[in-house]
Amino acid sequence: MATKAVIVPVKRTGLSPDLVLLAGWLVPGLGHVMIRKGIRGLLLFVSIVAMFAIGLLMHGKVYTPSTGDPLDILGFVGDAGAIGLWAVAKLGDLGATQLSDAFSDYGSKFIVVAGLLNVMAAVDAQSIANGRKLDR
Amino acid sequence: MSHFTALLLYAFFASIVFGITQRSTPRSMVRFGALCFGGFLAAAIVVSWGMYFIKH
Repeated sequence: MATKAVIVPVKRTGLSPDLVLLAGWLVPGLGHVMIRKGIRGLLLFVSIVAMFAIGLLMHGKVYTPSTGDPLDILGFVGDAGAIGLWAVAKLGDLGATQLSDAFSDYGSKFIVVAGLLNVMAAVDAQSIANGRKLDR
Repeated sequence: MSHFTALLLYAFFASIVFGITQRSTPRSMVRFGALCFGGFLAAAIVVSWGMYFIKH
């Protein structure tokens, strides 16, 4: 009878992978910094914050979930991928509340994509922390 | 900022994140990031010309 090799994830760090995920969600790149991948963390921070900032400079809309519009809720889900940046934008009253032109629409997409990319980065840090992703 | 500049910035930063998160070694990260960047640009140019020919 043939047997299958089973790959058992091995925890790579002493940190809780969920804590790494949460840190990466709150601050872009922080999850990677916590697992001692500082350069990657810095690159992720710069990339995600730059995309978010460019979106704001293009007068992109920072979505709120309370308007009742399904598209606003969907936009908020994307924005909330980088919840720390979203909170800073809301507290600082940055970003537009209405789309004004094509570039404003592009800016909104930059902000949403920055959030989605941050989710990818946070999950990547978690995967390295719990050993699911091989890292060399 | 032109539309193409916006595209370049988008492709550049997204490619960095894709490279880091989708590959395991620094060398393969750089290669995959460069591939993504080229793919973004190529797709945008092809789609742009496609839209041009649809309109004309």
